[in-house]
Amino acid sequence: MDDIQLNLLKEVAELDRLPAGAYNIRVNGKGEARNTTANIDIITKKDKPGIDIYVKPGTKKESLHIPVVLSQSGLHDMVYNDFYIGEDADVTIIAGCGIHCGGNEETGHDGVHRFFLEKNAKIRYVEKHYGEGEGRGRRIMNPTTEVYLKEGASAYMEMTQIAGIDDTYRKTTAIIEKGAGLEIMEKVMTTGVQNAVSDFTATLQGDDSSCNIVSRTVAKDKSRQHFASNLIGNSKCSGHSECDSIIMDDAKVSASPSLTAANVDAGLIHEAAIGKIAGEQLLKLMSLGLTESEAEEKIVNGFLK
Amino acid sequence: MLELKNIGFQTEDEKEILRDVNLNIEDKIVVITGPNGGGKSTLAKVISGIFRPTSGQILLDGVDITDMSITERAKAGVSIAFQQPVRFKGLTVQDLITIAAGRKISLSEACSYLSEVGLCAKDYIKRELNSSLSGGEMKRIEIAMTLARESKLSIFDEPEAGIDLWSFNNLIKVFEKMHENTKGTILIISHQERILNIADKIIYLKDGQVERYGSREEILPMLLNAAEKPGCTTLLNKLDK
Repeated sequence: MDDIQLNLLKEVAELDRLPAGAYNIRVNGKGEARNTTANIDIITKKDKPGIDIYVKPGTKKESLHIPVVLSQSGLHDMVYNDFYIGEDADVTIIAGCGIHCGGNEETGHDGVHRFFLEKNAKIRYVEKHYGEGEGRGRRIMNPTTEVYLKEGASAYMEMTQIAGIDDTYRKTTAIIEKGAGLEIMEKVMTTGVQNAVSDFTATLQGDDSSCNIVSRTVAKDKSRQHFASNLIGNSKCSGHSECDSIIMDDAKVSASPSLTAANVDAGLIHEAAIGKIAGEQLLKLMSLGLTESEAEEKIVNGFLK
Repeated sequence: MLELKNIGFQTEDEKEILRDVNLNIEDKIVVITGPNGGGKSTLAKVISGIFRPTSGQILLDGVDITDMSITERAKAGVSIAFQQPVRFKGLTVQDLITIAAGRKISLSEACSYLSEVGLCAKDYIKRELNSSLSGGEMKRIEIAMTLARESKLSIFDEPEAGIDLWSFNNLIKVFEKMHENTKGTILIISHQERILNIADKIIYLKDGQVERYGSREEILPMLLNAAEKPGCTTLLNKLDK
């Protein structure tokens, strides 16, 4: 890997060197490095680009890194990754995609991640999207995430896109069975004329299932954002979604939450708020000695931390 | 220390909030009191730079700070604890105390400021300043931030507002301790007799004007007598005892 690729790897996966545990590093559409462990197997798909990941039942405290790096202008990478997490397993998965676009051609990555969690399986999934580069070519990412949680399974997913992606359509769907829980923390910042759409649909299928989706976003300059969420409660369940956006400059943000209950014991709540940085927050930080722009930066960074 | 010369403040719709305020503040603890709507909070905001006076001059240690921004005044040594503390999603107590200190401080140093306001530091230092904190907790953290600034001039706008009685006793201790330790000047806006009791000097502000300014011994009995007429019932009750 060259310096640009190593830097991208650092941005998205906080990796300076090869990680411990299982990993699969994809560079410019091709597998660069792979490691499997006794409990985590990675197999290349035969019918389409991507990998199948198998985590053995009962695997505990193992991690899996699957970063993707693109530095070749004009390449549009498409990848399908399926995660099969065995019963009672408990693993951390670090994903992420970094694009460096040095040329004037559009560069993109579309990833479809499907998670199949067996009974009482547990994952912590961290995904970070990042773009950079001096080229005029647009950097595009369209992640699709599908989550299937069997009885008692739980998934905590942190998805972040802070800088450099010009156009993104983030689609997440989940089916949550009895006693299973899904928690999603999404953070997005757009600048310039970037456009970001987040679209969540979670179906609470089994009794005592739960879902909590929190999206915090900052829209700067002339960027555009749209947040859509749809919680469907088909059982005695609890669902909560929250979209909280800071709007700045000439940006435009829209939120369209939707709730559907098909059971009298389905408890569904949505909260949405879009607003500028509160004047009193700026005043407070300025009264502590920060300039207005330093105060703004602190507030935005804290909000997206 | 702090000198206000002919300070006037009018709102945009030309309502006069402060009129020809002249004050020379040198003592350790000075309490500003007076009826609601008398201009106390406005005066605090004019001194800290949140409002610009429409007339007059403000001097801090002889330096004219009238045209300085909030940031510049903060750097020159003015601090203010807001009457309504501000909440921040994502920023922690530690973040704010570090910003207030204006330098990298150790965790134990940050914790020491919280301990001073009676909060168990380890329970709070990593907490976000969001709606999960109660009004009383926010208020104490606001005071801890002001302590961390170690400014020449610290202004507290109604520190007792929204604090329960139990916390109030601790609050008094905080100010008593500050009175012993501070090298600067503390300006407190308050209606509470127990806070007035720790003042070196008291300013009585009414209708935007300084009606009285003098030592506690001189002003306090006067205020308590005046309270016989409709006014602060807390003071009135005290007087009856």
